Amino acid sequence: MAEIQKKATRESYGEALRDLAEKYPKLVVLDADLAAATKTGIFKKAYPERFFDCGIAEANMMGVAAGLAASGKIPFASTFAMFAAGRAYEIVRNSIGYPHLNVKIGATHAGISVGEDGATHQCNEDIALMRTIPGMTILNPADDVEAKAAVEAAIQYEGPVYLRFGRLAAPIFNDPLTYRFTIGKGITLRDGDDLTLVATGLMVSEALKAAEQLETEGIHARVLNIHTIKPLDTELITKAAAETGLLVTVEEHSIIGGLGGAVCEAVAENQPVLVVRIGVKDMYGHSGPAVDLLQEFGLCADNITTVVKKRWKRSK
Amino acid sequence: MDELTKKQLQAAACRVRMGVVEGTYHAKSGHPGGSLSICDVLTYLYFAKLHVDPKQPDMLDRDRLVLSKGHCAPALYSVLAQRGFFPTEELQHLRHIGALLQGHPCIHIPGVDMSSGSLGQGISAACGMALAAKIDHAAYKVYAILGDGEIEEGQVWEAAMFASQYQLDTLVAIVDNNGLQIDGKLSDVCSPKPIPEKFEAFGWHVIIMDAHDFDSIDAAFQEAETIVKKPVAIIQKSTKGKGISFMENQVGWHGKAPNKDEYEKAMAELSAQLNELEG
Repeated sequence: MAEIQKKATRESYGEALRDLAEKYPKLVVLDADLAAATKTGIFKKAYPERFFDCGIAEANMMGVAAGLAASGKIPFASTFAMFAAGRAYEIVRNSIGYPHLNVKIGATHAGISVGEDGATHQCNEDIALMRTIPGMTILNPADDVEAKAAVEAAIQYEGPVYLRFGRLAAPIFNDPLTYRFTIGKGITLRDGDDLTLVATGLMVSEALKAAEQLETEGIHARVLNIHTIKPLDTELITKAAAETGLLVTVEEHSIIGGLGGAVCEAVAENQPVLVVRIGVKDMYGHSGPAVDLLQEFGLCADNITTVVKKRWKRSK
Repeated sequence: MDELTKKQLQAAACRVRMGVVEGTYHAKSGHPGGSLSICDVLTYLYFAKLHVDPKQPDMLDRDRLVLSKGHCAPALYSVLAQRGFFPTEELQHLRHIGALLQGHPCIHIPGVDMSSGSLGQGISAACGMALAAKIDHAAYKVYAILGDGEIEEGQVWEAAMFASQYQLDTLVAIVDNNGLQIDGKLSDVCSPKPIPEKFEAFGWHVIIMDAHDFDSIDAAFQEAETIVKKPVAIIQKSTKGKGISFMENQVGWHGKAPNKDEYEKAMAELSAQLNELEG
């Protein structure tokens, strides 16, 4: 088997901005003194006249993006998820969400895979925050192929979009030749009737690995890639709930208000089944190598397998 | 400015003030004090300065105005109605369920260029608009009106740095310096003074203007147009509640609607002023 290639989705983001700039002349990029880390620096290098550093001032950056969008531009405003969704929340709500302006928020360094920087920079709450804003679309791509497709889909979509990217290199499992991204449409990566793993972002490849492990024990897990958290693909999730029963959500985010929360809300109203949420359990992260942290917080295939084996038996 | 134009603007401003009183009275809430202090500058801008067309409110090359002190929407709505963006009758439905006119400016209202009201945010959006004009080499100008209390918000100074960094010389920020905020005098709350020096320190060209004198207003905006490579801050020395005797300089009129008696008294005062100007 060929070695699986890896790339951080923030890298994919920066490359996509650069590669799409010519096709979309209205596209401009803002950053808040983190261009080297968010990878918008890749765009800046190629199109310096369309890149605007706002300095360490995220609130103003979001407002500037709103003004640019109100004047016909397609601005991507970039910083770490903590500052984009957290610090600038109220500006995103009132200056971008309420007027429903065509601003794209490129939030990188989401989740605990930020690693060594520790809890202050590990944002496990951004999806929850952004979900509460009416009309906000939330995209959380899983790999390089999906991240690039998500950037273009966001450009083509008219309205505010929050895009979530990671710092850690993620395995590339989608085929760029056949992959199609549609906002709001989840993807069934693997079929199965015993239970469904509903995953998003960095956790999608872990869910796929877990499904393989479970298969060796005779448990057939379906795997859904929910790249769009909002609007949620309620149809696909409800169908899985009806066909497999137990849903296990897997996300690199708090179990409160993120994918797990969204899935619970959807099935509770449409197709009640047992839902087990794997994610960060109402706690802060801490410093350490990203891969070790993911293990420690149970955001890995082995833990998914363990949880499923424990809960699946009980639900039958 | 010739005397006739001045008189016409004074009369128009008087009608704009009547709209503020009308709107807040019918809404039974709202912010008459700070609305009345910006009526003259809004009248000047919409009747003598801005390149706008009420028939094409979204015209691409229009000048933009962001009311960053969004709670003074009654003044903006009143001037937009006077200018023909929507019928003046809408003012009587201000803040009502199902009405066009929301409590704070909303981008979907004809003539309103940006939703605002959460203080400190409008100036950033105005920076974005001015930046877009610069990118496109477009000629339109962007005006933002801020409260002097509003500039206590840190975001204003983030925007001030940004505007200076990108030499946004098509941006004019008007700071309505009436000296009062909800909890009292600026100097008794958490003073942002000295205001002109602060903007200068942030790299802006500063002009001081008498907010209720059209010669001073005209001179200030003419000077603003001569400034290159710097954003302009016009600090307008104003009177909160201007034009209505019992509201002037009274902090209590920041966010309180007139009752029937006060409404009638206010309208009588404004009618008398209008008669004098047009009589």
